[in-house]
Amino acid sequence: MHDMSAHAVQHHAPPTSFIRKYVFSLDHKVIGKQYYALALVAALTGMVLSWFMRIHLAWNSAAIPGLQLLSKTGAPGGVMTPEFYLQLMTMHGTIMVFFVLTTAPFAAFGNFFLPIQVGAEDMPFPRFNMMSFWVTFTAFLVLMSSFILGDGPTLGGWTQYAPLNAVGSVAGPGQGLGVVLWAASIGLFCVGQLLGSLNFITTTLDLRVKGMSLMRLPLTAWAWFITSCMGLTAFAVLMPACILVILDHVAGTSFFVASNLVINDQVQPHSGGSTLLWQHLFWFFGHPEVYIAIVPGLGIVSHILITNMRKPMLSHRTLIYSMGALAVLSYMVYGHHMFVSGMNPYSSLAFSFPTLVITIPSTIIVLVQVFSLYGAKLRINSASLFSLGFISMFVAGGVSGFFLAQPSIDIMLHATYFVVGHFHMVMGVAAMFGIFAGTYFWFPKMTGRMMNETLGRVHFWLSFVGAYCIFMPFHYLGMAGNVRRYSSFVDDFLQPLIPVHRFITVAALVTGAAQLVFLYNLIHSRFWGELPPNDNPWEATSLEWSTPTPPPFDNFGGKHPVVYHDPYQYGVQSSVGDYVMQASPEQVKTEDEEK
Amino acid sequence: MAKFFAVTIIVIAILSAIPILRHTWVAPEDISTHGGLIDEQMSETMAEAGISFLAAQFVLAFFIWKFSNPGPDAKIKKFPGGAKGLVIAAILVVGIEVMALGIFGVKAWANVYLTPPSADAMPIQVQAGQFAFYFRYPGPDGTFGATHPEMISEGSQNFFGLDPEHDVDSRDDIVAAEMAIPVNKEIHLLMHSKDVGHSFYVRELRVQQDFVPGLDVSLHFTATKIGKYEIVCTQLCGLGHYNMKAYLEVMSQQDFDDWMKKEAAMQ
Repeated sequence: MHDMSAHAVQHHAPPTSFIRKYVFSLDHKVIGKQYYALALVAALTGMVLSWFMRIHLAWNSAAIPGLQLLSKTGAPGGVMTPEFYLQLMTMHGTIMVFFVLTTAPFAAFGNFFLPIQVGAEDMPFPRFNMMSFWVTFTAFLVLMSSFILGDGPTLGGWTQYAPLNAVGSVAGPGQGLGVVLWAASIGLFCVGQLLGSLNFITTTLDLRVKGMSLMRLPLTAWAWFITSCMGLTAFAVLMPACILVILDHVAGTSFFVASNLVINDQVQPHSGGSTLLWQHLFWFFGHPEVYIAIVPGLGIVSHILITNMRKPMLSHRTLIYSMGALAVLSYMVYGHHMFVSGMNPYSSLAFSFPTLVITIPSTIIVLVQVFSLYGAKLRINSASLFSLGFISMFVAGGVSGFFLAQPSIDIMLHATYFVVGHFHMVMGVAAMFGIFAGTYFWFPKMTGRMMNETLGRVHFWLSFVGAYCIFMPFHYLGMAGNVRRYSSFVDDFLQPLIPVHRFITVAALVTGAAQLVFLYNLIHSRFWGELPPNDNPWEATSLEWSTPTPPPFDNFGGKHPVVYHDPYQYGVQSSVGDYVMQASPEQVKTEDEEK
Repeated sequence: MAKFFAVTIIVIAILSAIPILRHTWVAPEDISTHGGLIDEQMSETMAEAGISFLAAQFVLAFFIWKFSNPGPDAKIKKFPGGAKGLVIAAILVVGIEVMALGIFGVKAWANVYLTPPSADAMPIQVQAGQFAFYFRYPGPDGTFGATHPEMISEGSQNFFGLDPEHDVDSRDDIVAAEMAIPVNKEIHLLMHSKDVGHSFYVRELRVQQDFVPGLDVSLHFTATKIGKYEIVCTQLCGLGHYNMKAYLEVMSQQDFDDWMKKEAAMQ
């Protein structure tokens, strides 16, 4: 713990030029907003791609107006070819997992609020921080460039299984340059997140102000800290794996290609590589990645719910330890993605049990969140609605994990829409709800304006009901044996399921359109939204609400806050109401103490 | 708003459960000797997951209904059991529940993967390649001929790269585009990928296994019902993935023998 008055953090002068202020900024708040803007663009792109895919799945021969502009060969006359479907699917998954679910809840909100919540002026390595964003931004451009370069993006899915990812364009469109661009993009993304994680960890450990012990950190700060520990180890594995893929393409190596593979009657010029090696490397990153996407959400919704319940969670420590347990276990479960991959069947059992065990900390988190509502004075607003929606969605997606954790059941459900429903609900929609909750909650602090509450509620209702309408039927389709990653369902077996796909498509279009309400609210409120009544419109306790709105360049206006309280002192009687802020020296008694 | 939200959660939870309870969309009937255990495991998991899902949503909805906007005079209260009770409940109830599922599930997995095929199981080799499956039977000599990757040729229909001119073992090998098997006879499936990753999925047979290029894996099963079933690829293998399929014909022993004779004559 450091007293900042004694230990100067990275003091850098306020920028004066436009470029230093808004483009190559060293300010963690600007970088946070840049990450948010990138995630927003990525989310809209990913969503539009999913619309195209859903329309194609429901009405296979339908011409989608304008689609031919994206690719003349991929969508002649607007009708999607099977390979273009797979290319869009790969881009949808990659964009969403990396550039939205990792970028927004972790890099965007974490950048903006972690230093403020620990009382720091900035992160310890502002240049690394700036580099982290611009490397990530470059990664996004490299990925998107595959739409216009070569024969389009890779069609191998966001998991990019070997050896399809390493044999080159002979395996199909986008498998040459498309894969190289994908691997370069994700490799760069990893560099960005490694730099970010390093900053997050050092900020949390070294820049806490006087009085801010580890247990006084808000749950959000804990969530970002735990996530950055995962990021530092998980991205460090994926980055070299991406380099190896590129080497297989450009340097004639065979890390992921076995000997004697025959494509188009030609024996491939590779030998000695391992197909399963890629899966091990990828999922060693891939499963922690699921928690990198969701743990910040767990922190964010807990933080928001506490503020709106006007009482702390039943146990602060239990939530922290449970999030920590998720992080540790996330490395021991990754093999459940590989039950039927051909790895040793005993390994499947070894990976199954930690997977089942991971339901325990997840259950503890949900139980603590839900039972903390007991006896609350719950305020309903857009932020709290999305937080409660998060819990509902996390449970709905989480219970399907009971099935997929078991190798014997995975025989039936692997590679079906059941899996697609599971991960979309538990890490996709739930994490998105965390992002929305965070946006409605922190918008006033980030921009100095309030978001429109009515539009926020419209957005919530359409998203909540819509998400269930889309992703619950995915589970039913999977149970019936509907295979994923098919561009059309041509056979007799899958034909009867097409009406379900049409229902899902309509729900996806409506729910997607509801996101435009959010977009409008975001942009309109940014410029013309109501001014917040004061610096702390939600009557919250943590340090970000002690700052001016929006916070000045050095966050606390040249002062160094001192922390006097645990993060969530609600249900007390103080001079300001039923709460006392962390930085307030006022001594209050909690109800327990009064008794 | 809060009460409406609570009701919405309950309505959604019930609506989500209805198709499951009514068995609207279920896996096709099992036709294997090992599938019963998998189905049983699935039903038990569904019961436990379903109860957990409904219970969590109902409690969430109830608390939202009961504790929102209670008015300025209301005092906050703590859940009587505290967090300790919840942690113990999570470990005891959910922990034991899922562990039990895991332990019972081992048997279903072991049936497929941890027991060797019987000595008289019929060997069939399946080769997956972009975007078709081919099946090879060893013929009367019971031995598969050696394969030569450089001799693989789609044009001359030498799908496996056999060399009957020099290799006696391969001369009686039977290669087919569909998989015929006798009913109630154990099959030892030898899985080989020619190019990239593929998978072998027969819903009715409760079998799904990836092909690993460079590493031949095997599987054994017994089909118990005569009929024609779809074999589909479930591992993304390229642009034709959605259309990569073959048929499994489960026949009486007599029909199978006749089929073999016919195929042998066509080689």
